[in-house]
Amino acid sequence: MTTITRKDVNPTAHLTPEDIEQIGVELDAIRQDVIDSRGASDAAYIRKVVDVQRKLELGSRAVLLASIFPPAWIVGTVGLSVAKILENMEIGHNVMHGQWDWMRDPKIHSTTWEWDNASTAEGWKHSHNQVHHTYTNIVGKDNDLGYGIMRVDEDQRWSPFLLGQPLWNFVNACFFEYGIAAYDLELGKNLRIPREKRSEAFRRSAKNTLRKIRKQATKDYVVHPALSIPTGSFLPTLAANFTANLARNLWTHSVIMCGHFPEGVETFEKKSIPANETRGEWYVRQMLGSANISGSKAMHLMTGQLSFQIEHHLFPDLPSNRYAEVAPKVQALFEKYDLNYHSASLPRQVGSAWHKIVRLSLPNGWLAETNVKNAPKQVALLYKLSTGGPKVRRAYDAMQRRAENQKRETVAA
Amino acid sequence: MALLEAPGSPRRLRDRLVRAVEAATTPLLPADYLDLFAPLRSGADLRGRIVSVHPETADAATIVIRPGADWAGHVPGQYIRIGIDVDGVRQWRAYSLTHGPRADGHISITVKAVPQGKVSNHLVHEAVPGTLVHLEQAAGEFVLPDDLAARKFLFVTAGSGVTPVIGMLRNLFPVTDEGVLVSDGLDGHSLAARPTENPLDITVVHVAPTRPDSIFIDNLHELHEAGAITLVDRYDDVHGVLGVDQLEELVPDLAERTTYACGPAGLLDALGQHHEERGLELFTEQFRPVVISAGEGGTVTLEKSGVSVELDGTTTILDAAEEAGVLMPSGCRMGICMGCVLPMREGAVRDLRNGEITTATPGETNTGGVSIQTCISTPAGPCHIDH
Repeated sequence: MTTITRKDVNPTAHLTPEDIEQIGVELDAIRQDVIDSRGASDAAYIRKVVDVQRKLELGSRAVLLASIFPPAWIVGTVGLSVAKILENMEIGHNVMHGQWDWMRDPKIHSTTWEWDNASTAEGWKHSHNQVHHTYTNIVGKDNDLGYGIMRVDEDQRWSPFLLGQPLWNFVNACFFEYGIAAYDLELGKNLRIPREKRSEAFRRSAKNTLRKIRKQATKDYVVHPALSIPTGSFLPTLAANFTANLARNLWTHSVIMCGHFPEGVETFEKKSIPANETRGEWYVRQMLGSANISGSKAMHLMTGQLSFQIEHHLFPDLPSNRYAEVAPKVQALFEKYDLNYHSASLPRQVGSAWHKIVRLSLPNGWLAETNVKNAPKQVALLYKLSTGGPKVRRAYDAMQRRAENQKRETVAA
Repeated sequence: MALLEAPGSPRRLRDRLVRAVEAATTPLLPADYLDLFAPLRSGADLRGRIVSVHPETADAATIVIRPGADWAGHVPGQYIRIGIDVDGVRQWRAYSLTHGPRADGHISITVKAVPQGKVSNHLVHEAVPGTLVHLEQAAGEFVLPDDLAARKFLFVTAGSGVTPVIGMLRNLFPVTDEGVLVSDGLDGHSLAARPTENPLDITVVHVAPTRPDSIFIDNLHELHEAGAITLVDRYDDVHGVLGVDQLEELVPDLAERTTYACGPAGLLDALGQHHEERGLELFTEQFRPVVISAGEGGTVTLEKSGVSVELDGTTTILDAAEEAGVLMPSGCRMGICMGCVLPMREGAVRDLRNGEITTATPGETNTGGVSIQTCISTPAGPCHIDH
């Protein structure tokens, strides 16, 4: 995909500034409805989820004490995987967003929550709540666009390193929690800085993250396996914990990929965002920059309601259990203003996101232009681009852009 | 004591065990799991469970609570702070304990529903047995002296100000099926219905808008009839509003008595002046000492930074504080990331997005205050922020 301002047809071109401000007013009204009506039943919901999650985790870990028996291993591992997913998605992510701060319960509050993940709450709240949610899908500002290791937009420059990005993406999916921790630390950027010049803040965060990773790993890979020794289940429990973490990582990675990476989700040029972007403009960017996953109630719960990614991005601080109810109102607003409400099933969104990862691991237009007949020629071109250095690649980019412009002019004529 | 710290000593062993259990529950604490099953256990944050709710008048009820294992007990006349979720929001209020220490270990508070009172109306009309509430240990200096011998007391109670006093009276004179037990107050022996031997001389002046409004009025009359106290009850609708200068008329030996008074601020102020002029001893108890009402703009005091800024009600607290040179936590600056959240100890702020008012009344918040987002908040009156 290309940032909207460089597209043939900008999907927001038909909106007047008045329309955009009106969208803001209407979305504010939807938000206010929820704020005015949130109360005891919402509080009961999150407490119930926390209660169920903790009991499920305790129960699963108890069963795993005898994980040498295959049925126990399977039950315990499935239970622990579900518990870890609930903890990260419906509870941790949403509590840290401040969705439940209004309850004034210090135990379920964005300022006190810590989650079962390698990333620290503090690091996550900065990179996710602040950077990603504020600068959503602005190429060059929102690091979630490829997490700094992948190319997920035509306007991000291609390099031969990116040929491996489907593989990086898979590895990142398996170890997603560590990927997030590294990402929160902006590890790539900071490691390029000479050790003595790294900021105090980075050093402190890195230390906290390492301490957290150590504690997390000790829990899953030492303490609980050790507790299983009496039944001879040390290794099975270790494997169960590893599997549960892997399952959680793969699941969360898939869900999060569906939020912004599927084909058709819009991105934005840094220079196209006004310095004093209005609330209406910010809302429109969130509307076009996110994609939903359709599915059952259980599916919404397991995604932490991130299946309502559009609603979440419009109202990141509303209680997650209310997204389902505002979704029809939001969708009606999309229709009223002739905007694309991007929603599809999980397999389709995951497939679409992976398609984009593969497509953009290759130079712009390469995959689309390749067919059986010209394959040898295209491979030769790819080889040339990969080994030819930046100059060759820039020339290719320029050629692609010229071809696109020509196509546009033909269409216009 | 080197011996105590030797490896293998019980304390070291316990610490190690605690650390091991913590390693198994991180990032949560073992308590987070134990709370699921035993929220009232020893070692937990102090909580209680509502056992029963008894209506006292049309708009007042006594709430009996089973406190957690770490409840340290109380002296009659003291109050507790109780945190209860109303419409999903944790609210804290202080209420007098209306019993002495009870055999069943329960505690009770008596609440009068006041107009617009979020918590009081909830407690009186909606609270149900089984509800978990959050508690703090009993506090307050409004208690009788240890030595009651040869003392004469006057209790002045107005409206629900009777609650701490009834706690003291019930403790001194337990009510059983046989009637009021009049204690001699000296060696703890209780003598059933022998008013003549009651060495305590207590007069209670109770004022209320009407008699049906009066919580515990039947108990007071019972005590009066048993000779435990001398009750002077005055109702606004019958006797007109009581002025403090009428006290000497109602209680001729006022000068010999130590006065304990609980009621609204107006009455207590008047009584304070009255007693001071006459050099009489007075103890008072008053709830809701501060009423926060929202206005436009105000002074923001950043307590730890020692900075105050005057705001007009259109600038955010974050912008103004930064302008004044304070290093503030911040994030998106548009109200979505919670990176700027700070506790407000006292005061009122307005959310610039929708005009919503958030207030923090001392004594009615979590111990830390009320969290506010400084990037979208402007003062609606003077406010104190913990930063």
